Amino acid sequence: MEIGLNHFLIVSAILFTIGVCGIFINRKSIINILLSIEILLLAININLVAFSAFMNDIVGQIFVMFVLTVAAAESGVGLAILVVYYRSRGNIDVEQANLMKE
Amino acid sequence: MAFFFYFFAILSILSAVCVISVRNPVHAVLFLIFTFVNSAVLFILLGAEFIAMMVLIVYIGAVAVLFLFVVMMLDIDYIRLRQGFAKHFTLGAILCVVFFLVISFVIRSSAPNISNVINYNTNNVKAIGNLLYTDYMYAFHLSGILLLVAIVGAIALTLQDKKKGVKKQNVLKQLTQSSSVKLVKAKFGKGVEWK
Repeated sequence: MEIGLNHFLIVSAILFTIGVCGIFINRKSIINILLSIEILLLAININLVAFSAFMNDIVGQIFVMFVLTVAAAESGVGLAILVVYYRSRGNIDVEQANLMKE
Repeated sequence: MAFFFYFFAILSILSAVCVISVRNPVHAVLFLIFTFVNSAVLFILLGAEFIAMMVLIVYIGAVAVLFLFVVMMLDIDYIRLRQGFAKHFTLGAILCVVFFLVISFVIRSSAPNISNVINYNTNNVKAIGNLLYTDYMYAFHLSGILLLVAIVGAIALTLQDKKKGVKKQNVLKQLTQSSSVKLVKAKFGKGVEWK
């Protein structure tokens, strides 16, 4: 059977769903939430590259590079915030993050 | 191609499931690396070699290793993190299945006017460079600035001012001062002493 565009889109949709599910079920740990966000961005990248390949248009791959840049910046700043949060509190529970005091 | 597609797609989906379900965050990050490797192979199957190498270098070499550093640096109470896992699992799984069914319905029912053949471009890198350094030059520069801001933000957040001589932003002083601009009359040949 020929592998078409829909196969890649379905794989991307499955990965995206897994990422959303990960955000739902790992409510406590901010590290797992960040990992789930990485999975979401990966699913979006697969989507963009699949359309780029099948429509013979390279712009999709250019946008994948920008998504990669944003993902790297986001995870860097997110992990820095995580380190600061851990330093001031001693744990990484997200559910207590609404207490904005030291 | 069909065999390779199914093999690596299934591997990447299984490892993504492991990412969100394993107990130990270190194992989760390692499974995330495995997911990235498998999807890099999917990118190669799509004819996007440059993006595949970018994913290998940037995601695995930088982002995932950064995650590993942070996870290993922090002393995390693993058991406390798992509290509420079962409570949220049922509702989350149901919602996600519904979400996936909706997406797959949209994908299957739409009939895009696209040929089902991948046009393998032999000079993928050249094509990307031709477009990136001409039409998307400003966006390219802006992404560089974005990375610089991220670096400065991360360093400013995590820098500890326990040591003397560390130049750090004093947020309180910056916010309470009326103006950061000061008019000074400079004498000729002497300059201005800034306090």
